[in-house]
Amino acid sequence: MKLPAALRLSPEWAPYVFLSPFVVLFGVFGLFPLMFSLYLAFQSWEPTSGLGAMAFVGLDNYAFALQDEWFWKSLGNTAWLALASGVPQHLVAIPLAYFIHTSFKRLRNGVVGAYFMPYITSTVAISILFSSLLSTDFGLINVGIKAMSELPGIGWLFPKHPVDWLNEPSNIKPAISMIVFWRYVGFNVVLYLAALQTIPKDIYEAATMDGAGRLQQFWYITLPSLKPMIFFGVTLSVIGGLQLFEEPFILTGGRGGSDQAGMTTAIYLYRMAFDFNDFGAASAMSWLLFILVALLTWLTNKAFAPRGPSA
Amino acid sequence: MRDGTQSMRSRRAWTGLCLLALLLPTAQAQETLTIAAFPAVDEIVRAAIPVWKRSHPTVDVKVVSRQFSDHHTAMTTALSTSFYLPDVMALEVGYVGRFAQGGGLEDLSRAPYNIKQFQSRYVPYAFAQATSRKGAVVAAPTDIGPGTLLYRADVLAKAGVSEEELTRSWDSYVAAGVKIKANTGAYLMSHARDMKEIVIRTGIQPGQGLYFDNQSNVLVTSPRFVRAFELARKVRQQKLDARVGAWSTEWSEGFKRGTIATQMTGAWLAGHLNTWLAPSTKGLWRAAQLPEGAFAAYGGTFFAIARGSPTEHKALAWEFIQLMTLNREVQLAAFKAQDAFPALLETYDDPFFEQPIDFLGGQKARLGWRAATTHIAAVDVHKQDAFADEVINTELDKVLDRGKDIATALADAQRLLRQRAYR
Repeated sequence: MKLPAALRLSPEWAPYVFLSPFVVLFGVFGLFPLMFSLYLAFQSWEPTSGLGAMAFVGLDNYAFALQDEWFWKSLGNTAWLALASGVPQHLVAIPLAYFIHTSFKRLRNGVVGAYFMPYITSTVAISILFSSLLSTDFGLINVGIKAMSELPGIGWLFPKHPVDWLNEPSNIKPAISMIVFWRYVGFNVVLYLAALQTIPKDIYEAATMDGAGRLQQFWYITLPSLKPMIFFGVTLSVIGGLQLFEEPFILTGGRGGSDQAGMTTAIYLYRMAFDFNDFGAASAMSWLLFILVALLTWLTNKAFAPRGPSA
Repeated sequence: MRDGTQSMRSRRAWTGLCLLALLLPTAQAQETLTIAAFPAVDEIVRAAIPVWKRSHPTVDVKVVSRQFSDHHTAMTTALSTSFYLPDVMALEVGYVGRFAQGGGLEDLSRAPYNIKQFQSRYVPYAFAQATSRKGAVVAAPTDIGPGTLLYRADVLAKAGVSEEELTRSWDSYVAAGVKIKANTGAYLMSHARDMKEIVIRTGIQPGQGLYFDNQSNVLVTSPRFVRAFELARKVRQQKLDARVGAWSTEWSEGFKRGTIATQMTGAWLAGHLNTWLAPSTKGLWRAAQLPEGAFAAYGGTFFAIARGSPTEHKALAWEFIQLMTLNREVQLAAFKAQDAFPALLETYDDPFFEQPIDFLGGQKARLGWRAATTHIAAVDVHKQDAFADEVINTELDKVLDRGKDIATALADAQRLLRQRAYR
């Protein structure tokens, strides 16, 4: 049954009509906030006075951000957290993926699924649960540590007193890194597993016939073949790590923690806008963070991207 | 066949249109006021709707309720764009100060509101809290939080400490804490920070805010800050605080198990302790005035009208606010149901104040809280107060946990705040 002539889509217009949902949504929720925040970064704006209260201040917000102690502190925190959660993710995911790739046949999907579960679970839900688990006196993690510290032989490795994970500045960072690591290691396993499956089996067979051991095969065949995927994974980790927000936000109750130890740049610029009511400075900081992310992504590219015809 | 289907369709369309047209006139006769609030203010508003309907039967009231911080973020966003503004918004005292600097709220001292004619009916400090530096009254107070010292009478008795000893001075308060720790093992307070919070609020001169004065000079190296830090450090050095944050699991457990002997807080905490924090400790607590004659306010709710709200509803919105804040029946109902201490002075002669409170072992604590309200002084607010709060807390943590020198800590705070005082 044909549509009436008025509603029929001409081939001329069809591409635009089919593209429009994405374009409209992207324009409204992606592009416009980006451009508005760029515009805001040059204004001084006290939000509750309404839109008309904006005043042009040029680079003042950027100057303020660059000499703000807390901005640099938050960058330091972000770098620490990004490294502490990002590096183990890849160091563990590569051997793990290799192990799963070579050892599991029928159970492989189940095992991969189990590692992948944290990635698809809501970050907020995970963080709320972990803040209960990390509670000093009643959390299961401290209960577990106490039990371990009483075991003969390895008991000396574990602290005897309950660890104050969330209030002690030196403990909140490892706690956050632990959760971020746990969340993304499965994602990276899936990536590396996919990459491993593209390596032709003949190369391994040839290597075995030449007398190469498993470790040598891993080091000389697997790793170089994984380079493109490592590049992809590390880029994602760099971007994600520098934009870390949800886990530290929930664990520190939205404030960044004692001595701002858990305050990443994303949390700080959110607080600048909504707690300290300085939208101009918050926007300037977000663009400074963007410049940093772009710079580090470019450096990652230089380090890992395949150059010229691949081997 | 085709003609028959089409005429069926057009008949249905016309019937639908006619029904819609019948509904429209009735829909227009009812107006709706939108009130944005957070728990438990939303319950207080809902409880007042029947009273509102008596005088305004054609005006419906819709309550939009969000969690505390979500609500204030939503109001910040709505005020910034003038979209989705409610007719009336409930604001907590911390946010009233911030929003007052902005100019996004209606000045209720101007016509047609003229709230100053009612000024004498409100608790003075609450009215002052809603008044901006330029004299604009941006909100009407609906409830207040007079500060009080809640303490476990049984723990004090076991330690041989009297209430007088506890409240005579800050030094005797700390000394009592030492005795309590020695004889019962209970902590004096939940966190040394509570000590700092009160002491910095004592001795504020006119023209001074908490952290900044009227000219945005930073005040954090003044004697009240030094004394606050010294007392907090003393509490920590003698291990008199439980080092738990307010509203954390450990904090409520501390109340349940009797390991926290006193808490300086708003009067409303007694209600929370009774309902969900530690109902099993009923009868063991008492309320006293804060030590060394200190008086402070903890919290307080206000109602405001945004400048960008629909103009045709503003008169009704103002009438609603008058109902919530100036009507004796509504204020007392909120007090009895939700423990919202009234900001309306004429409720203070109600016999409810003289009723013994079971949770506090039959003590007529409301009388003491009522007396405290006249002594509480309003503190000028500054745009950077929220940031200053954070900085001072960070420096205090460094003094308490890492033994940082107090003078250096306050000097560092001074430096950080001076950079932003004029933003």
